[in-house]
Amino acid sequence: MQKRVWVIFTMIFALILSACGSSDTADENAGGSGSSDSGEKATLDIFSWWTGAGEEDGLKALLALFKEKHPDIPVENAAVAGGAGTNAKAVLASRMQGNDPPATFQVHGGSELNDSWVAADKMEPLNDLYEQESWNDKFPEELIELVSKDGNMYSVPVNIHRANVLWYNKKVLDENGVAPPTTFDEFFAAADALKEKGITPLALGDKEPWAATHLFETVLLGELGAEEYNKLWTGDLAFDDAKVKAAAETFKKMLSYVNEDHSSRNWQDASQLVGNGEAAMNVMGDWAKGYFVNDLKLAVNEDFGYLPTPGTEGMFGVITDTFGLPKGLDNGEDVKKFLSVLGSVEGQDAFNPLKGSIPARIDADVSKYDQYGKDTMEDFKSATLVPSLAHGSAAPEGFLTKVNQAVNIFVTQGDVEQFTGALQSAAAELK
Amino acid sequence: MEAARTEQSAAGKSSVKRGSSDRWMALLFLLPSFLLIVIFVYGFIGWTGYVSLTNWNSLVPDMSFAGLKNYVFLFSDFRFQADLRNTLFFTILFIGLVILLGLSLAILLDQKIKGESIFRNIFFFPMALSFVVTGVVWQWILNPSTGVNLFLQTFGIQPKWYTDTNILAGFQWGQIEFGLPAALIAVGLAAVWQMTGFSLAMYIAGLRAIPDETREAARMDGATEFQIYRHVILPQLHPITVSVIIIMAHISLKIFDLIYSMTGPGANFVTDVPGVYMFETTFRGNYYANGAAIAIVMLLSVAVFMVPYLINSRKGAS
Amino acid sequence: MVLRGVAKPASYLILIAASLFFLMPVYVMVITSLKPLDEITLDQMWTWPSAIDVSSYSEAFTKLAPNLMNSFYLVVPATLLSALLGAMSGYVLSKWRFKGSEVLFTLMLFGMFIPYQSILIPLIQFLREIGLYNSIPGLIFVHVVYGIPITTLMFRNFYVNIPDEMIESAKIDGANFLGIFRHIMVPLSLSGFVVVAIWQFTNIWNEFLFAVTITTAEQQPVMVALQNLSGSQIVQWNVQMAGALLAALPTLLVYILLGKYFVRGLLAGSVKG
Repeated sequence: MQKRVWVIFTMIFALILSACGSSDTADENAGGSGSSDSGEKATLDIFSWWTGAGEEDGLKALLALFKEKHPDIPVENAAVAGGAGTNAKAVLASRMQGNDPPATFQVHGGSELNDSWVAADKMEPLNDLYEQESWNDKFPEELIELVSKDGNMYSVPVNIHRANVLWYNKKVLDENGVAPPTTFDEFFAAADALKEKGITPLALGDKEPWAATHLFETVLLGELGAEEYNKLWTGDLAFDDAKVKAAAETFKKMLSYVNEDHSSRNWQDASQLVGNGEAAMNVMGDWAKGYFVNDLKLAVNEDFGYLPTPGTEGMFGVITDTFGLPKGLDNGEDVKKFLSVLGSVEGQDAFNPLKGSIPARIDADVSKYDQYGKDTMEDFKSATLVPSLAHGSAAPEGFLTKVNQAVNIFVTQGDVEQFTGALQSAAAELK
Repeated sequence: MEAARTEQSAAGKSSVKRGSSDRWMALLFLLPSFLLIVIFVYGFIGWTGYVSLTNWNSLVPDMSFAGLKNYVFLFSDFRFQADLRNTLFFTILFIGLVILLGLSLAILLDQKIKGESIFRNIFFFPMALSFVVTGVVWQWILNPSTGVNLFLQTFGIQPKWYTDTNILAGFQWGQIEFGLPAALIAVGLAAVWQMTGFSLAMYIAGLRAIPDETREAARMDGATEFQIYRHVILPQLHPITVSVIIIMAHISLKIFDLIYSMTGPGANFVTDVPGVYMFETTFRGNYYANGAAIAIVMLLSVAVFMVPYLINSRKGAS
Repeated sequence: MVLRGVAKPASYLILIAASLFFLMPVYVMVITSLKPLDEITLDQMWTWPSAIDVSSYSEAFTKLAPNLMNSFYLVVPATLLSALLGAMSGYVLSKWRFKGSEVLFTLMLFGMFIPYQSILIPLIQFLREIGLYNSIPGLIFVHVVYGIPITTLMFRNFYVNIPDEMIESAKIDGANFLGIFRHIMVPLSLSGFVVVAIWQFTNIWNEFLFAVTITTAEQQPVMVALQNLSGSQIVQWNVQMAGALLAALPTLLVYILLGKYFVRGLLAGSVKG
């Protein structure tokens, strides 16, 4: 009888042990970076947050291309869904801290790469790869700067999204005799005219606060110009400077033209307002084009139009997804092969048309892209490139967290002094 | 002598003549649980407290001593001040409604109602759901441009529910406007929907425990039904109300999943709570020391209620 | 009998109104989940679907199925192990009390009221150290540990009601510590075991904070996956509602089939003891 109790005990402990054991093997399979059986190549796990409609297809096309070129190296799509990348970033952080890095991972060029992973000495420099592929004149110089620290390159850009785009509903503007605004004065004139007709001039969906930060960043760029805008991130221009305060006033004025339920909408819901004509315009990165075209079935330049946000003609707010090589991998050479494909014209043209972004290379095949893509590729070559704040390129994550917080408060309270004061004290993070 | 004897008999009552091997076995039975609790509850709380005193506010652990820096920051932080206000008002609102609704329904069900068990089951079932499910569903119901407002259109009222940024009866206090954030009413509604079953179950159990003779006796004395409830029954339910308040308070003070899945921090942080702030700042912003400080404040706020209650209820039991 | 005249119909009226309030979310969930996406528009929220469309269920199921399985792999062992530990410590704390055991018990009880945020940072560090971070066994371990206070409390309260005389006479018959546990306590507390198991099952199934911080992607239990359904792309409300129903189904079934035990667990959670 007593024996039976012990039998139960032993069984339960066996259960625990077997559960632990099975997890170990699972880890090995998923980790990919761990030791591999002799002769067999370790799987490259490509880590990203590309799980949405177009982006997943783009990623798959890229992986298929890699398999075609290197059939001997197994690859695996290790995308993490949810929270527009926030979940993936949390997963990545825990894997990096646990010394279990993926073979390569999606990271925005700029601060998100340089001030975290490079600064923590977790990345291998890729100078030799850039040399070997002669990439130095294939990517714009300002872009290479975004993936470099102290003269070393640390990742390979695969695509470009533009942050400072004003989207508008063509019919709504035409019917009301309003021309798409290129300056803030024109914007406010147009907004007043539209408001009088009972149309929401500007759609905003800041349920996730970065959307409001995104709008603010384009206002900053429009008010300050590229040069002064860049000084904010080096500490050469203070956030409580009169120019920033003026930008905050403009931002505040713009907020008085937005839909009332902005805080219960996400960016797609806000874009939808423009799509169905309830609102006339909105400011969003050009992933919104994919949403207009694929989800809302609208036609470029027919149903909706686009232009740079007020005052940002000739400037290009860059969001670039890049992939690098983490330190401590046994199969670094295989990862470099993947990065070569990713950085090639062929790789970029396989990925970007599906994802709805433009290639980071300036010599890609223009004919593969739609009208929006063609226009943007043109702008990308000629415009001044600046890093985006809201998407982690301009400043460290910690600073961005505080900016989002300050913006969230400002959207409701509209206190310019308090807002710029909060930004300035958060800027301590920049040092 | 007397004291010693009662102690002996109290001990002897439950453990007569323990053989020494039995005693070892008892120790062995208790040991795993004991060790796990000591390490994973008390040890880890200590460790969190230690982290809250360090400079670990980035991806890379930095265990250098920072003193109370993180706490000083928190209490001067707009978001945390808003969190404290929100928690306070949410707790009051939530407990008040749960008690009111639970008690009223319990008394109604006490009236020898036909189909009593059907009603009871309807009121209880949300308790079996996850706060995440509740959050997902109520987010949709109380969405100001969809949801229940389509119904209310006929009456000409269109509350903004959880997107409302108004602070009711607010006045400036520190950095924040102090008052009841209107958006919390929407969150409270969802929480009340889920948790009323608990207070109802407690009150039903309490009412059943009151013998019929008590009521009969009062009736004999010529008391009306209302008077019986007012003077005889309600006073007897007092300890239950205390239990409900404590249990609900600890749920409310550490609430996270409902708000995270329903509204998030909200515009101007009107629906933010320490649980959400802790999660976001620690696991999204990598401010580990700040997050640890928030956790310690949360722990203390719960302990203020729970420790006296636990000590009291243990005393009462033994 | 109790309330006379108009009072009785009025009570029914109030109870029915309250029932409508409690059932409304279920109504919304069910009809929304049965609609095709193009009928999920703002002005049709309360209307019945024109035709029943179960495609949102198949979509939600495909998306959630792996996570549903994770939840089962998590809940079953975690429930059994935490019940076992609770039975063991509850037995000692009720029938083999020693000096200081009451204090010990109170200290253990405190563990069920702490906000888990206050142990989360070291917990994650610890799990990473022992290699159980981001794994179902890791999550099982966590739920077993933090389930000890409540299971101990519940079992202790059941065992207290077993008369000491039975144990006395068993001892006289030569039964030892384990024998008493095996032949008296366990058989007499089977219904208690059911209560504890249901309680733990429901709680662990519904838990979110540990799940979202300790597991990622493929390892995540269903509640996190449900929350992620509203992640990066457009919110497909019909799929989300169908997902919410699927995720809630196991605990709802337990409640419907064994509601009596569930409510007993509910009440046991309020300390006393």
